[in-house]
Amino acid sequence: MARKHKRNIVPFGPQHPVLPEPIHLDLVLDDEKVVGVIPSVGFIHRGLEGLVDKRDFKEMVYVAERTCGICSFQHGMGYCEAVEQIMNIEVPPRAKYLRTIWGETSRLHSHLLWLGLMADAFGFESLFYQCWRIREKILDLIELSTGGRVIFSVNQIGGVLKDMDAEMLKHFLDVLAEVETEVHEIQKTFMLDYTVQSRTVGVGVMTKRQIHACGSVGPFARASGFKVDMRKLGYEAYPDLDFEPVISNDGDCYARCDVRIREIFQSIDLIRQAAAKIPDSELAAKVKGNPDGECFARIEQPRGEAIYYVRGTGKKFVNRMRIRTPTFANLPGLCEMLKNADYADVPLMILTIDPCISCTER
Amino acid sequence: MAVIIKKEPEQKTITIAELLPEVIAIRKRGMRVCQICAAWVNEQFELSYTFANDGNYLLLTLRVVIDKDVEVPSITPIYPSAVFYENEMKELFGVKVENISMDYKDKFYRIEEKTPFGPESEDE
Amino acid sequence: MAHFFTFAKTALKNLTSKPVTTKYPDAPIDYPARSRGHIEIDIDQCISCSLCVRNCPTECLAVDKNAGTWTINRFDCIVCGYCTVNCPKHCLKVVNGYQKPGTEKQAATYQKSPEVMAAEKAKKEALAKKKAEALKKAQAAKAAKAAQAAEAKKEGD
Repeated sequence: MARKHKRNIVPFGPQHPVLPEPIHLDLVLDDEKVVGVIPSVGFIHRGLEGLVDKRDFKEMVYVAERTCGICSFQHGMGYCEAVEQIMNIEVPPRAKYLRTIWGETSRLHSHLLWLGLMADAFGFESLFYQCWRIREKILDLIELSTGGRVIFSVNQIGGVLKDMDAEMLKHFLDVLAEVETEVHEIQKTFMLDYTVQSRTVGVGVMTKRQIHACGSVGPFARASGFKVDMRKLGYEAYPDLDFEPVISNDGDCYARCDVRIREIFQSIDLIRQAAAKIPDSELAAKVKGNPDGECFARIEQPRGEAIYYVRGTGKKFVNRMRIRTPTFANLPGLCEMLKNADYADVPLMILTIDPCISCTER
Repeated sequence: MAVIIKKEPEQKTITIAELLPEVIAIRKRGMRVCQICAAWVNEQFELSYTFANDGNYLLLTLRVVIDKDVEVPSITPIYPSAVFYENEMKELFGVKVENISMDYKDKFYRIEEKTPFGPESEDE
Repeated sequence: MAHFFTFAKTALKNLTSKPVTTKYPDAPIDYPARSRGHIEIDIDQCISCSLCVRNCPTECLAVDKNAGTWTINRFDCIVCGYCTVNCPKHCLKVVNGYQKPGTEKQAATYQKSPEVMAAEKAKKEALAKKKAEALKKAQAAKAAKAAQAAEAKKEGD
């Protein structure tokens, strides 16, 4: 007698212990295998892009920063870049280097946060807290140099608001050396431990072709062999720094974890390079007039490529600001990855795209 | 010194009739869809379809300028991953996009007000 | 080769060392110098130009020029520091110390001291007097000119 297959629809989210932010997925299950996914967002939609009518283009930096708590500095930086390109403002060199240093520090804290959540996803709570303990050192550095732990508020159109003197930079590098030793220790656990490997190796494999068809970006794409990193476009101080995109060829959850840990070491190296080469100049260029024109600016956020579209019409209120965040681009990839997955592996797979839903919905 | 690939973004303005053939040609060139965005400028919708080539970091934008109630064909038959962008455009701006492969029928963002960024609410 | 207990060394080290957390708020916190806590004003330097009010992203400030007050709703303030950047007299600054939680939102009002109010009033009166005198002079000159023109016309007839 042929076995009758029964399909169930199980709702996942919006509240789930593994998710940092709410997203709802309807999983179509056939026994214990997922055969389809219907994502549904909208729990954290604040309509920030509608505030362009009420806040002038200089105040929109503060609004753009508050799109997300984890990637906040890079959002402010991307918006400033787009407006600066429209108005042809030349940012002074020291401001570019400072933005790069803060941007890489932001990437460090985001990846460490993700590593902790990943450990929590397969139940390894001690490792989760160890990663976040290391992250506290980075947050203290950020508070020391900018004034806030999560929302930096140091970007302005034309440059930055605060400076870092030589003593503060030296303190930065000392703390980062400690962080590097500690991350080497936890790297051993993530990469070599038997329990971690049995949960992550071979789980959620995405081939290079699938990644290209879904249009995925960031470490999610780089773990499948896609050698793309927007920092190669040469914005801010990146033309003067030496680096190559970190890739892996396996395409499973283990490879994504590996790529992000190696990116932590790459970021520390980039900060060291930038701190050695930082020039002296003023902190911000003067801004006159209103933006008139449009621009697409691309930057590499911790989660992937983010595109900032700003359309100005000569008034002090910008007509349109649109942020296309990396998680929005990775949603189709997520749906593709979850097909033919085991139900028990679903939370871990969702976490490996590094979902930042508040960025997705703004 | 790192090798920096600097490419100026390209932009092309086309009509609705040329949209699907252009997108098919872009698909053949192997580019991926980056974003689809709408703006309400000068009493018209300006739609921007952005594609990227990851080999040489080229960014290509197709611009379609339409009036309020004109229907736009969906590009999801060519690029299935464009489904979320088109749903967002439809829900927030009220752009009439036809034949989206998975149409959420205005329930993607679950918002209370219809088309909050669209032209009707701008008059309030 | 499978590795087991890779985390054991770190776990034992954490067990035997002192905790990284502090017992806040019983133990006081040592904020770094730049930490953004709240906004303070040196009210006697304020000229009530309202630039801070216009530029505040959350609209938590209010200025009354006649009464000489500056009001801030600290519960709405996001401590972005944009008002300090825009103030022409640099009388606003960001200082340490977060706003303590409360059960309802309150606004804090700062009143200019009586000496400064009196000085401003005196300045205003002096300016008004000067204007009135200048106006009287201009009117007198105009009347004299008109009289001269009328006489010239009479002679011409």
